[in-house]
Amino acid sequence: MSRTLYDKLVDAHKVCDLPDGDMLIYVDFHIMNEYTSPQAFSGLDTKGLSVWRPEAHLAVVDHVNPTRSNEPHDTASKLLIDNLEANCTKHGIAFYGLGDPRQGIEHVVVPEQGLVVPGMLIACGDSHTTTYGAYGALGFGIGTSEVEHVLATQTLRYKRMKTMRVIVDGETVPGVTAKDIIMKVVQVVGAGGANGFAVEFAGSAIRGLDVAGRMTVCNMAVELGARAALIAADDITKAALKGHAHSGQFAFKGENWMSDPEAVFHKEVTIAGTDIEPLITWGTSPDQSVPITANVPVASDYVSPKVKAALERSLKYMGLTEGQSAKSIEIDTAFIGSCTNSRIEDLREAAKILEGRKVATGVEAIVVPGSAMTRIKAEAEGLRDIFEAAGFEWRPEAGCSMCLAMNDDIAMDGERVASSTNRNFEGRQGRGARTHLMSPAMVAAAAVTGHLADVRDFKRETST
Amino acid sequence: MNKTIKGIAAPLPLSNVDTDVIMPKRFLITITREGLADGTFADLRFESSGQIQPDFVLNKAPWTQANILIVGDNFGCGSSREHAVWGMRQLGIDACIGTGFAGIFYDNARKNGLALPIVSTDTRDRLLQFANNSNGAEVTIDLAARKITTGEISASFEMDDATQTALIRGRDDTLDSLEYADAIHAFEANLDDKMRVSVRK
Repeated sequence: MSRTLYDKLVDAHKVCDLPDGDMLIYVDFHIMNEYTSPQAFSGLDTKGLSVWRPEAHLAVVDHVNPTRSNEPHDTASKLLIDNLEANCTKHGIAFYGLGDPRQGIEHVVVPEQGLVVPGMLIACGDSHTTTYGAYGALGFGIGTSEVEHVLATQTLRYKRMKTMRVIVDGETVPGVTAKDIIMKVVQVVGAGGANGFAVEFAGSAIRGLDVAGRMTVCNMAVELGARAALIAADDITKAALKGHAHSGQFAFKGENWMSDPEAVFHKEVTIAGTDIEPLITWGTSPDQSVPITANVPVASDYVSPKVKAALERSLKYMGLTEGQSAKSIEIDTAFIGSCTNSRIEDLREAAKILEGRKVATGVEAIVVPGSAMTRIKAEAEGLRDIFEAAGFEWRPEAGCSMCLAMNDDIAMDGERVASSTNRNFEGRQGRGARTHLMSPAMVAAAAVTGHLADVRDFKRETST
Repeated sequence: MNKTIKGIAAPLPLSNVDTDVIMPKRFLITITREGLADGTFADLRFESSGQIQPDFVLNKAPWTQANILIVGDNFGCGSSREHAVWGMRQLGIDACIGTGFAGIFYDNARKNGLALPIVSTDTRDRLLQFANNSNGAEVTIDLAARKITTGEISASFEMDDATQTALIRGRDDTLDSLEYADAIHAFEANLDDKMRVSVRK
């Protein structure tokens, strides 16, 4: 019988059915960070349990650490970091802490270390674990109680989800990146539109992306509610695996990690790649976006009183006027970083815009490479020089930083940030902070002009 | 967890209430599950000065006593932080009734005895109206029968079997699953060395 890629992955990892309707699935690899794991370890202690298979876990410090230096900036964050290290030492788990040459944002570190290959099942106490779908692996976020469950049993209780295929067909125009593609998908499907679904991305615009771009797409799939995101493994995937420490170590035999041609999905969504423009979010939910050439919506565009009320609330929080043009939105801060867009490929794209240009007066611009290895590579390529010459602050240490402001990078009340991150929620980057999501190149363009700007205008200037 | 949850329901009609709003990050710098009640909905409940925000529903009678929330679409989206659920439980919330919940939040809720009955948009809107106008009238959620009743409304809700069982029995999933240790060993025995990750320290 024809099966989807998702079903193949679930089938390959099913341990047994449970009487209550769930199944137990086997977790090949589990990643932890310092803020969603402490209570899982204390749960083990309380129950007198040990870790089932310590070598199948990796702990990385990334959420609370400062990125200006590798010393914790306060005692509370130091406690979290020290606690994780102590728990890993106690249970014999690999720990990449501050100062470790492999440290960085967990979802940047794992591919760099060659720890994701097609066919794996990966869990992590972080919603953006969907990232690994870019390799044809089933990755998904879990809560702390489930972290405890994986530590103790190497399995999770699981319920098979429905499947959705999102097809993005047709060549995108220059200036449109993987970030714009996934922001378009979130806009079309809606913030909760894929709740209960595992989403497979297909179509020529997806197949044409490198693995870094595919990771950006799968990473933000959680913003449409997808608990899992997948892209079929192909030659691009294979090429990306070469040269990594663990590459080729892991392989489920007898499976090709793609959906069978006749496989049926519960839902299909088709988007024309040619219709996608560089997007920016104007509101407080990732699906509230418009093309950079468009205007912020007006209430009279909508009929439903509920939608009107939501629009008004978002506009008020964001300090915007209905109908104002996207390009008229002036920014205070530009931030490039996060598990969505802090890889070497992202830094290269931003540097192309910044080369020979200066950050606008009054704009604070920060770039936080996704890992220590990414930073070293970028410095070797001369990207640091380009960012610094333009007036960006180049952070020496890696971490999530201002994406969720759990460290000391907290935006002020009313501060407006052009951000290469994944969530524009109220208060996400600081209480009262206003986040506009966009691609790293678009953040660079906004930094240079002082307001949201169309990256395509820059390319034209460069060519003349 | 009893089979029946009964209490005052508060209307919280906002769509896409995310876990950053439920539990702002400044409350996450902790290694315990405790002490999260004050952080729950903190930016909605309190002004930045720390003063109580008098217009927020949970700060107004009779909803200061609410143990059930009637919520907007896609409640609990965003970050995986279970702190959001711990905090809601510590604030005395036993159930949220909505049209759909984000997946990780839904699973976290089950682990902590927070019931999330799923109803149609029409039922949710009628419950919102009821909760809005109520003078503290009670809503009853019968988990075993998958039924919500108030004075005028009687509606069935969706909840998968495993979640229903977990909420009614209130058992520990980790300890329960360890009863299947033999099956896990058998699965592992079928994996060859290439299928076992071993992370370098």
